[in-house]
Amino acid sequence: MDTGTAQSSLKLMIVDDSNIIRRRIERSQQIDRLEVVGAAANGRDAIDMFRRTNPDVVTMDLTMPEMDGIECVEQLVAINPNVLILVVSALADKATAVEAIEKGANGFLCKPFTDRQLNDALEELLREI
Amino acid sequence: MLKEAEIRTFIEGTTNYFETAGQQAASVGSPYLVTDGKPGTYEYTGVIGISGARKGIVYFTAPRGMLTVLLMRMQETDCSEDTIKDLVGEVANTISGNARRDFGKSFVISVPTVVAHEPEKITAPHQRAYVIPINWRAHSAKLVVCLE
Repeated sequence: MDTGTAQSSLKLMIVDDSNIIRRRIERSQQIDRLEVVGAAANGRDAIDMFRRTNPDVVTMDLTMPEMDGIECVEQLVAINPNVLILVVSALADKATAVEAIEKGANGFLCKPFTDRQLNDALEELLREI
Repeated sequence: MLKEAEIRTFIEGTTNYFETAGQQAASVGSPYLVTDGKPGTYEYTGVIGISGARKGIVYFTAPRGMLTVLLMRMQETDCSEDTIKDLVGEVANTISGNARRDFGKSFVISVPTVVAHEPEKITAPHQRAYVIPINWRAHSAKLVVCLE
């Protein structure tokens, strides 16, 4: 049987300036293993929400108003080095992906994505727990 | 002035978007050059400002009908005005962001600005712009690339 108790206790925060993308991630099959504790539309709000909700997992857009995702990743990791961050971004150059990983992200999913690709990326991320 | 390979980057980004997000390939027509500063728009337009090594704008413009169908293909049940605007901005952002695969990190993109029902508010920074016609499920749209 599955280990539902431990898995369902994981908290997820979704950061993206697109409401459509936030809802798509909320509909992910992997979401059964996660509890969405918050969604933010920019990096600044994400940091406030992160401090309040202390999520285990974060999906992070990069191109956002107020504060971009790379800076936000860096600040979230400074607050909690154990947080798992999946960057979900349209920025498809290798240098950006490498920079995000160097700042502390654990995975990178390029937009546009299929539901399958999103599920696979979240599943891979959750294996790190 | 865009090189042929650079135009191809935007064509590939456009086809990839519809194939992946819309789950059905789009037919992309032959790109053409507009020299009068009026590349044209549909009802909804997502505009991305480009800075860094290249300067200008990239915009995706589409009618509500196409955007509504695209939302439905993405399992999105909310087809309100706000969601339509969100989508047109996200399409522009995604295609522009994907272009960095070839243009590199110095191709800096802004967050999208969305213009709805007021095409006169979109001003091309240069007279010359490349228009990439898009046909998808009986709807037409355009990607406009206006770069120095």
